[in-house]
Amino acid sequence: MPITIRIPPPLRKYTDGADVVEATARNLGELFEGLDQKFPGIKKVLCAADGTPQRFLNIYVNEEDIRFLGGVQYNFQDGDEVLLIPAIAGGAPGDALLSLQDGNR
Amino acid sequence: MSYTSHLRCRQCGRTYKLEPIAACEDCWAPLEVIYDYDRIRSEVPRASLASRPQTMWRYRELLPVAGEPWVGRSTGFTPLLPAPRLAQALGAREVYLKNDAVNYPTLSFKDRVVAVALSKAREFGFDTVGCSSTGNLANSVGAQAAAGGFKTFIFVPADLEPEKVINTRVYGATLIKVSGNYDQVNRLCSEISQKYSWGIVNVNLRSYYSEGSKTLGYEVAEQLGWRLPQNIVVPMAGGSLITKIHKSFTELQKLGWIEPASTKFFGAQATGCSPITTAAKNGTCEIIPQKPNTLVKSLAIGNPADGFYAAKMILESGGAGEDVSDVEVIDGIRLLAETEGLFAETAGGVTVAVARKLIRLGRLNPEESIVLAITGNGLKTVGAVSGELKASEPIRPRLAEFEEQYLNVHATASA
Repeated sequence: MPITIRIPPPLRKYTDGADVVEATARNLGELFEGLDQKFPGIKKVLCAADGTPQRFLNIYVNEEDIRFLGGVQYNFQDGDEVLLIPAIAGGAPGDALLSLQDGNR
Repeated sequence: MSYTSHLRCRQCGRTYKLEPIAACEDCWAPLEVIYDYDRIRSEVPRASLASRPQTMWRYRELLPVAGEPWVGRSTGFTPLLPAPRLAQALGAREVYLKNDAVNYPTLSFKDRVVAVALSKAREFGFDTVGCSSTGNLANSVGAQAAAGGFKTFIFVPADLEPEKVINTRVYGATLIKVSGNYDQVNRLCSEISQKYSWGIVNVNLRSYYSEGSKTLGYEVAEQLGWRLPQNIVVPMAGGSLITKIHKSFTELQKLGWIEPASTKFFGAQATGCSPITTAAKNGTCEIIPQKPNTLVKSLAIGNPADGFYAAKMILESGGAGEDVSDVEVIDGIRLLAETEGLFAETAGGVTVAVARKLIRLGRLNPEESIVLAITGNGLKTVGAVSGELKASEPIRPRLAEFEEQYLNVHATASA
């Protein structure tokens, strides 16, 4: 299923700075695998070794927390938009913050 | 002068410079402000506090603000009240109320965290600040940002109590009502913080903001004569306050300001939004998010950011988590008001009702000292009790009518 994934600032070092990427996946497990093939190293930041999402990473599908949709069991639909948001979200350290400020001027 | 050295990830231990970030890049866990306790111990004797003003800033060496506070200079040091009549009603021996319902300037414990967060926002050079809020935080950010000269964006759930809306808008803040619950508001706020370089107090300033909660704990210890209570009952929304009170008690022991002692921590929630107490009651720290359905809007966070650590700490302390129905919350508000003359908001009703339930269940020892954290003022949530407290029909200005209706005295014909 083609879906879009919005990438938070701390993960953009894996995606060459892209804030939105496309992927094809039936479920979270496939999504993590697919992203890791495209952006090596990203998987270990997204999930534990057994494939469960990191405890402090919230995953939303079309604005709903994926845990209310079945979590790892959820089957993605065509056009789903996936949001990755830290449970305690926000900010970006050092240089990233400065470049954000520049971008807003 | 600041005694802070760096930020450290609570989970993996990775360290960061003192910057406006809240979560670890590797594992997303919250970041904790680290202090140089050895230096504080050698340079700041406890006795030196005695002559300082009675505000939260008397503990400034244990806060992450480098210079003078930019806002909230009069915040904190709220009363710790012995509550003998409430204790009697609960069947307990020694109960105290930590009364943040009279905190300055906006009558809730959030004034503490906002004083730190906005002082830090100033140090970081932010000119615009904001928050996502269930109400009390909105009020405090509104007031203190006005006093501090910041531009302000405040995001709240659309169904917030009208008192809390007015108490935010009056300060000139831009208040954005969002259709959805707090967790959805918070998600939007997180996205905004990723795009705009603003100081969102409970997002990218959260590591500093949450440190302000520790001052409630320092005050309780000092007001008890530099000792710890045996038990403390704390309301939980995101779960940060209870973990920070625990941190404050640990720090006081580390500094040698109090004798080593242990306190059992009891976390209180409304049953209609009880992800943390549900986990604790199941003996786990893994939080399953909920969709809130309770009149206790100030605690209605279904996906609590610090829930994992709150549940863990409660269990490790030998305490417990417990929750109560909305009916019990109203009873709790009225019990507190009628026994001690203190009108708390719904979260205070939760705390009192949970304390009563825990004593009845035998989980909270009524022979030991108990502190109840009253974190917000009843005037902000009058709607919760207004239905039950409607004034009666007026009487005519006649003595006989008053006596008949209120004293059950009936006039007799005189000779």
